[in-house]
Amino acid sequence: MRSTSVMIVGVGGQGTLLTSKILGNVGISTGADVKVSEVHGMSQRGGSVVTYVKMGEKVYSPIIEKGEADILLCFEELEALRWIDYAKKDASIIINTQRIDPMPVITGKARYPENIIDKIRAEYRNVIAVPALEIASSCGSIKAANVVMIGVLARRTDVPEDIWLDAIRRTVKPQFVELNTEAFRKGYNLQPSV
Amino acid sequence: MKVLMLGNEAIARGVYEAGARVASAYPGTPSTEITEYIAKCYDEIYCEWAPNEKVALEVAIGASVGGARAVCAMKHVGLNVAADPLFTAAYTGVNGGLVIFVADDPGMHSSQNEQDTRLIARAAKVPVLEPSDSQECKDFAREAFEISEKFDTPVIVRLTTRVAHSRGLVELGEKEEVPLRPYEKNPGKYVMMPAMARKRHIAVEERLADLSGFSDETSLNRIEWGDRKTGVIASGISYQYAKEALGNASFLKLGMVYPLPEKLIREFAARVEYLYVIEELEPFIEDGCRRMGLEVKGKELLPVIGEYSATLIRERVLGQKREKFNSIEENIPARPPVMCPGCPHRGLFYVLRKLKLTVTGDIGCYTLGAQPPLDSIDTCVCMGASVGMAHGIEKARGREAARKTVAVIGDSTFIHSGITGLIDIVYNKGTSTVIILDNSTTGMTGHQDNPATGITIRGERTRQVDLVKLCQAVGVDRVRVCDPFDLDETEKIIREEVAADEPSVIISQRPCALLKNVRFKGALRIDTDKCARCRMCMRLGCPAIVDRGTHIEVDPALCVGCDLCTKVCRFNAFERRGGENA
Repeated sequence: MRSTSVMIVGVGGQGTLLTSKILGNVGISTGADVKVSEVHGMSQRGGSVVTYVKMGEKVYSPIIEKGEADILLCFEELEALRWIDYAKKDASIIINTQRIDPMPVITGKARYPENIIDKIRAEYRNVIAVPALEIASSCGSIKAANVVMIGVLARRTDVPEDIWLDAIRRTVKPQFVELNTEAFRKGYNLQPSV
Repeated sequence: MKVLMLGNEAIARGVYEAGARVASAYPGTPSTEITEYIAKCYDEIYCEWAPNEKVALEVAIGASVGGARAVCAMKHVGLNVAADPLFTAAYTGVNGGLVIFVADDPGMHSSQNEQDTRLIARAAKVPVLEPSDSQECKDFAREAFEISEKFDTPVIVRLTTRVAHSRGLVELGEKEEVPLRPYEKNPGKYVMMPAMARKRHIAVEERLADLSGFSDETSLNRIEWGDRKTGVIASGISYQYAKEALGNASFLKLGMVYPLPEKLIREFAARVEYLYVIEELEPFIEDGCRRMGLEVKGKELLPVIGEYSATLIRERVLGQKREKFNSIEENIPARPPVMCPGCPHRGLFYVLRKLKLTVTGDIGCYTLGAQPPLDSIDTCVCMGASVGMAHGIEKARGREAARKTVAVIGDSTFIHSGITGLIDIVYNKGTSTVIILDNSTTGMTGHQDNPATGITIRGERTRQVDLVKLCQAVGVDRVRVCDPFDLDETEKIIREEVAADEPSVIISQRPCALLKNVRFKGALRIDTDKCARCRMCMRLGCPAIVDRGTHIEVDPALCVGCDLCTKVCRFNAFERRGGENA
């Protein structure tokens, strides 16, 4: 795999840790050096969470900085906007069209920005909006939304599909392999053209 | 074969490969997974959650004196709790190797302060290793035992969040078979009364000199020659950032930061034109260089606050301007952490806010009760502080103040160090009210069992601490139990107990919503015809209830169906999706 920096952004509890585990395992399968940096503890409680996955010949810093991400995998629209500066101009920006109001919006102290995906599209050419909750729900559980997103991402890398499926099999619990395989395939086939 | 491992997971692996036999710890982000992985992966190591870090370290010291290789893991502030045994274990030294893993949290991802463990280690005269990736986590854990036994000293391995919580590739090794060392009675070494301790202090100082020599020789410290114009001394995660930012420079990469390798540093400094020290938090290595009389740039360029990054180093060391990135102009609302949907604490804080009480708080998920709209907590200092502080407020402002004050503390935190504060209240004739938020787990650190859950780290049943009896035993006659989702009853009990002219404890009992055995009845929705938009439900601060401007709705992806909102709604507007009126 060529040197790739993936940032996974979302809201604590959306399954970003499982996503980064699967991505990391894919990285190893391709023989790359891999570093994954995660958020645990307080920030996980419904806060803004970001996970960095870096692959390449030799990775030093586990952190991705502004303008460095090749892929921005966004589990929630506002979080996409919050972290957008970390994407390269030609990055694949994959956005789950889910909206989770943060507490300042709930309490009326702030407004949830409108038309986020359009605003991002105006600045970045490679933006993919994914109704991941609906797709996951059609597979049997909204919890598989993260794997739908991985499917969409996988299509935009040079790593073959079977390596991804193998990493999913090795990472999720055995009873969820079937569900997650279907979720991955639906994501993978969402937009056949890159 | 190489495996992708979390830094903490790699530490656990290193502990296993080193043939350790005993591990004791109290959970604390970012150190928790070390002990969890030991418990999960390595049956041959005895492993436990202790009630606090002081006990954990004492158990490890005992195991070491008993001849086993022993470990203890904690977060930086946990080392403050364990400082008492640490400082004297430095005098006794070890029998089996003793290694303490301490995880600092620069940037305070999940902590109340940003202290630097290296300073405490230096004060305790204990050597410090500092790994910079997962492979080193495993290798240094093994090496730490060798150093501990060779030099007869406890060893601290210092981690930071980005090392502990990053995954990297690790080459696994074989487990070393390390026999239990014989135990021999040796009061001169293990009984630290003044006469013995005076002799041991001499041994400690001699040991430091020996360790200093070792630091110059060990492969833990290495020079990577590059461009000699710029020489960088770095350790831990700062080494990775510096390497990415200044890849062509010469590096002195320190794996052992205390004692510092003075000869090696002098040799390196003499061969580079400009010398930089790049280290997060305190100027520990830098001060060492200055004491050696070296000219060095460090904190004059880089902050003592927060985390570093390659960009920050490029900016401060190379003078490179940061690129501008604000591609989309927009006010982006912050997203602070919140109590989960279904959280039992929400009911209690709703009542506390309603009663407008002064609330001394503590460390745990419930600290989030300080945030809007619950806005309930007045203070948060350290583990157990809520109880002593409530007592202090009473002693400063009188009994009337006690009638308007409660302490809130979690079950695990109460066991950790709240119980001693409660004894103080009883002993010194206080009248404070302490509310124990018993959610049947240690929530914030990721659901560890504790003495109050009656389950061990390996999931075995054990004798459970009875919180009611415990509080009664220290002399609290008024111990009440309430369900925080029964808002009326909770309010009534709190009113009665703060008014009482004696100490009281209220145990607010309801399990954490994230526990596997907690089942709710499924998501609710709002009947917009019934909803009067009075916004009472919004005062709960539930992330699943959102105001869409024209109407209030329940987010079905977040709602678990805990039904707390149905108890504040006067219009019966909430109903269960798919029928069965709530």
